[in-house]
Amino acid sequence: MKEQLIQRYSAPERINHWVVAVCFVLLAISGLAFFYPAFFWLTGVFGTPQLARIIHPFVGVVMFLAFARQFFRYWHHNLITSEDVKWMKSVKEVMKGNEVGDIGKYNGGQKGMFWLMCACMAVLLISGFIIWRPYFAPSFPIPLIRLALLAHASSAVALIAGIIIHVYAALWVKGTIRAMVEGVVTHAWAKKHHPRWYRDMTGKKS
Amino acid sequence: MALQSLDILRRSATPTATPQARTPVEVAKLIDVSTCIGCKACQVACSEWNDLREEVGSCVGVYDNPTDLSAQAWTVMRFAETEANGKLEWLIRKDGCMHCADPGCLKACPSPGAIIQYKNGIVDFHQENCIGCGYCVSGCPFNVPRLSPADNKAYKCSLCSDRVAVGQEPACVKTCPTGAIQFGSKEDMKEVASTRITDLKNRGYQHAGLYDPEGVGGTHVMYVLHHADQPELYSNLPKDPAISTTVSLWKGLLKPLATLGIAAAGLFGFFHYITVGPNRPDDEDHEENRK
Repeated sequence: MKEQLIQRYSAPERINHWVVAVCFVLLAISGLAFFYPAFFWLTGVFGTPQLARIIHPFVGVVMFLAFARQFFRYWHHNLITSEDVKWMKSVKEVMKGNEVGDIGKYNGGQKGMFWLMCACMAVLLISGFIIWRPYFAPSFPIPLIRLALLAHASSAVALIAGIIIHVYAALWVKGTIRAMVEGVVTHAWAKKHHPRWYRDMTGKKS
Repeated sequence: MALQSLDILRRSATPTATPQARTPVEVAKLIDVSTCIGCKACQVACSEWNDLREEVGSCVGVYDNPTDLSAQAWTVMRFAETEANGKLEWLIRKDGCMHCADPGCLKACPSPGAIIQYKNGIVDFHQENCIGCGYCVSGCPFNVPRLSPADNKAYKCSLCSDRVAVGQEPACVKTCPTGAIQFGSKEDMKEVASTRITDLKNRGYQHAGLYDPEGVGGTHVMYVLHHADQPELYSNLPKDPAISTTVSLWKGLLKPLATLGIAAAGLFGFFHYITVGPNRPDDEDHEENRK
């Protein structure tokens, strides 16, 4: 019998996601290199340390713009409801592989991740402009640049830890990678992980 | 540059030990503000020895010229007029790198070997390793390093490390016509300063004193000030300079926290997968299956 599939992400959505993902990897590599002396060698990925320093902020702007597109695509799917609170409270049960609540397109964890990413992206963009040499930093007072450096590094760490969880969740929940690569998920996947979304998409009762 | 000296105390972005075998004497430059006549010979000597040529500016109504430090001006005279002590005083300070014992620039620098602190106390920028991020500018409590618009690399006074390495005094010291700038071991310079301070006190400057701020571990450029209680009078010389708390948090506490957070996320994923196992859609009674 042929596998029953539901479209979850269109081609433009997938391209959008992977543009953000590639930018993120480049930024994390160079950012960690600037943050940890022991990882400074990672700047070699960009050719030379100087090139890594020059390229980093431009990639950052591309990531922000691509993420902003995602924000306008998905924000209304990520408003937190009482079902999500229930999910978050029972996260231990969820971690065992047992879904909790009547989940729509995204569950409480995914929604939390979405808003964490939004907050980090905003802080990274603003602080990034303040510390961007040689173009913008000279226009700001040094104490503000210091705060921006601290905020930039802190939010980058939060984002990196968040993305590790995001990637792990996709690896753990089988059938999820396919949604962002081929754009489709199976009926069984949707029924188990996103029952309300499954009903919305198929008109069936789960 | 790399072969210059074994006598390195600290190297930017380098967590392991520097060469420790030799312990040369600490040097210091002593600037006696009370005998400076503001002739700017030191500026010219610096420019000559280090082959720097700042663009010729225009008069801005005061003697300051150039008006600020730059990649082409590693030292500038700053002229301040004040009536804070009951009479008009013209306070002239030779500004430039203070060569801190605890250098904020070096602490902030992310590029291994771009900033070197020699054991003799000199803090030197090695531009070939500089990546132009400007972190040193934010790290410095004295607002000294400057990025060159030509090559995006940071520059500042080297205390003529090349001259000192061969037993000569810095160019500014060599040229100073009044002897307001002296150079020697830090210990000797403190002694010279104390004689001068006694003198100044006898002449009625009760608050005369040495500027060698503790907050940055002391400096290897020290000032004799007639008003050591009010260093701000001298074109905003900071009263209690120290590495900013923001910089210390960024370069200190945040690192172990970040390592912990990132490692926790990664390890959690790994151990969750090898204990709980994958979450498959057909595996609805997951928990029971495991028992």
